[in-house]
Amino acid sequence: MIYQSWGRYPHLKQTGFALKSRHQTPDFDDYESLLAYGNGRSYGDSCLNSKGKVAHTRYLNKFIEFDQDNGLLTCESGITFKEVIDLVLPAGWFLPVTPGTKYVTVGGAIGNDVHGKNHHVDGNFGHFVEELALRRSNGESMICSPSQNPEMFYATIGGLGLTGIIQWAKFRLKKVNSAFMEVETICFKGLDEFKLLTDQSKDSYVYTVAWVDCMAKGEELGRGIFLRANHSAEPKPLPSPKKQVTVPVNFPSFALNTYSIKAFNMLYYANGKRSHNKTSSSYYDPYFYPLDGILEWNKIYGQQGFLQYQFVVPSTDYSVIKSIFEKISASGAGSFLAVLKEFGTIESLGLLSFPREGVCLALDFPFNGEQTLKLLHSLDEMVVEAGGAVYPAKDACMLPKSFQTFYPNLEEFKKYKDEGFSSDFWRRVTGE
Amino acid sequence: MYRAVIFGATSAVAEQICRIYAQDKARLLLIGRREEALKEMCDDLSIRGAVQADYLVSDLSDLSQHQTLLERIQTSINEPNLFIFANGTLPDQQECEESVDKTIEAINQNALCQISLLTMIGNTLEKRKTGSIAVISSVAGDRGRMSNYVYGCAKGMLTRFLQGLRHRLSKSGVNVLDIKPGFIDTPMTAHIEPKGALWAKPEKVAQDIVKAIDSKRSVIYTPWFWRWIMLIIVSVPDFIFKKTKL
Repeated sequence: MIYQSWGRYPHLKQTGFALKSRHQTPDFDDYESLLAYGNGRSYGDSCLNSKGKVAHTRYLNKFIEFDQDNGLLTCESGITFKEVIDLVLPAGWFLPVTPGTKYVTVGGAIGNDVHGKNHHVDGNFGHFVEELALRRSNGESMICSPSQNPEMFYATIGGLGLTGIIQWAKFRLKKVNSAFMEVETICFKGLDEFKLLTDQSKDSYVYTVAWVDCMAKGEELGRGIFLRANHSAEPKPLPSPKKQVTVPVNFPSFALNTYSIKAFNMLYYANGKRSHNKTSSSYYDPYFYPLDGILEWNKIYGQQGFLQYQFVVPSTDYSVIKSIFEKISASGAGSFLAVLKEFGTIESLGLLSFPREGVCLALDFPFNGEQTLKLLHSLDEMVVEAGGAVYPAKDACMLPKSFQTFYPNLEEFKKYKDEGFSSDFWRRVTGE
Repeated sequence: MYRAVIFGATSAVAEQICRIYAQDKARLLLIGRREEALKEMCDDLSIRGAVQADYLVSDLSDLSQHQTLLERIQTSINEPNLFIFANGTLPDQQECEESVDKTIEAINQNALCQISLLTMIGNTLEKRKTGSIAVISSVAGDRGRMSNYVYGCAKGMLTRFLQGLRHRLSKSGVNVLDIKPGFIDTPMTAHIEPKGALWAKPEKVAQDIVKAIDSKRSVIYTPWFWRWIMLIIVSVPDFIFKKTKL
């Protein structure tokens, strides 16, 4: 078993073992430190623990209880969102919150307090967790909920796996009438238009997100495609499953360069223009998980891997987003996809949760050595200045002082962190 | 619709087979040793769609209990039409070489207890003139090798027994499937690292098995390439084979 993160950077040698059941207590004395490893969809080093070991949750994949009347699911932490959807959708339920891939585990979704395109309406995944069991390094299994061990509960939500191993969790689902989405596509020319569309859409659309062409310069800077959607009200028959394509080998590193990325962005924009102002019906899968259709798409970035950079800044301040775009555009480092989304006012529950009111942008950067890190560090400084935050689940390079500014509850969190658990991310941002 | 009895039900492959059948709204009766694991598996299978998911706790290595077990099965599930054998253990070859008791125990757990149950079940299905039997043996049974010939000889015995049983029961319309998996990534083999390209996921092996049961196959290797690997291993002449350390 090769344990690596989704961005395949940093290149760390990681060893681990699989937990055999949710009742298993690992022999903590044998390891310097442990970290639960779900499906390896965190991009940077928050899912790695190269100085200790990872405990793989791939066999923790049992459902424990499904209350179909009230939409409550209890399952082991290694169950993926795909498995949850396959089970609950035929019964008229859906995930309350989902990130852009269905291959995350329930444990990972809690540990990163993941968000989705409906943040402005529903908040994070953590808002839907009712109860969980946590294996601490003293061997104890601790039940945590808003009423039982609440401090540990709020430390574990968004706690990056550092409070223990999540054994199982119980969470609320969302009632839906259909497996289809009604999606409206709108082209916009700049960030002002994006802001306007967001304001117009937030009350009547549960899901909003935009793709931005970050290679565009000057007048065209900030142009993009706005997608807003709701679950279809009318039940429709399920389409037959499509065969998935896997990226078989690493692309050579020269496959991704300024020109290919520019071309991709132009094509994507042109495609969006074609469907401008059109509403179409889309099956949930390509709508929520466009990249899941290509398994292991991370390999297009080649051997050296890539970094994803995702941050949020207070929403009044579009000037920061604008200057960040200018900086990236000027650097020519380019991003395949830049995803822009305005978060709502719902406060996150976890001590280290990332989402907060503001505008959120996510970008990919192929790893090109020192210059990539330098660029991201300078972006960090701009985010610090703006009073925003960078997302640990995507991060592989932020500096300790940035992390401490982004996450003011850090000292409080340390009280609940389990000493038997650590990660490369944690050691990097705290120096511990 | 299958009404299946699964021996050694908590093994990773058996669990994946059960999940496929659960989605098809099958009736399942799980047999195993660990009550807690069986109970949790039944809950999971019911959630996944099984119309019936029950379990019986039994230590299959105690042959004297088999008659009673079959009676308990009869009262727990109505006329089962599929019997799956996924029970067995992976003995330590070194320990077996040093202990006759260990060797006999390994042969009992991997061959004799299956043969005992198959004898009784075979008679029942022969009379009923319908049903299906699927038994997980192993590629290790195809040729004795220094690294695990005790396990291999038990699996080889099982394969020969199944050949004969298949021949006999074919006259009554009962299918007997012999399943020969290669390396599978399961909790039983979780300690073996790293795992190369030859290792298969239990999900994949389970899909192959379900397909083979449906199409009434006699013998399958899973994943498929093990047929060719074993063909080579079996064909190597002894004077060369003796020079290897397989």
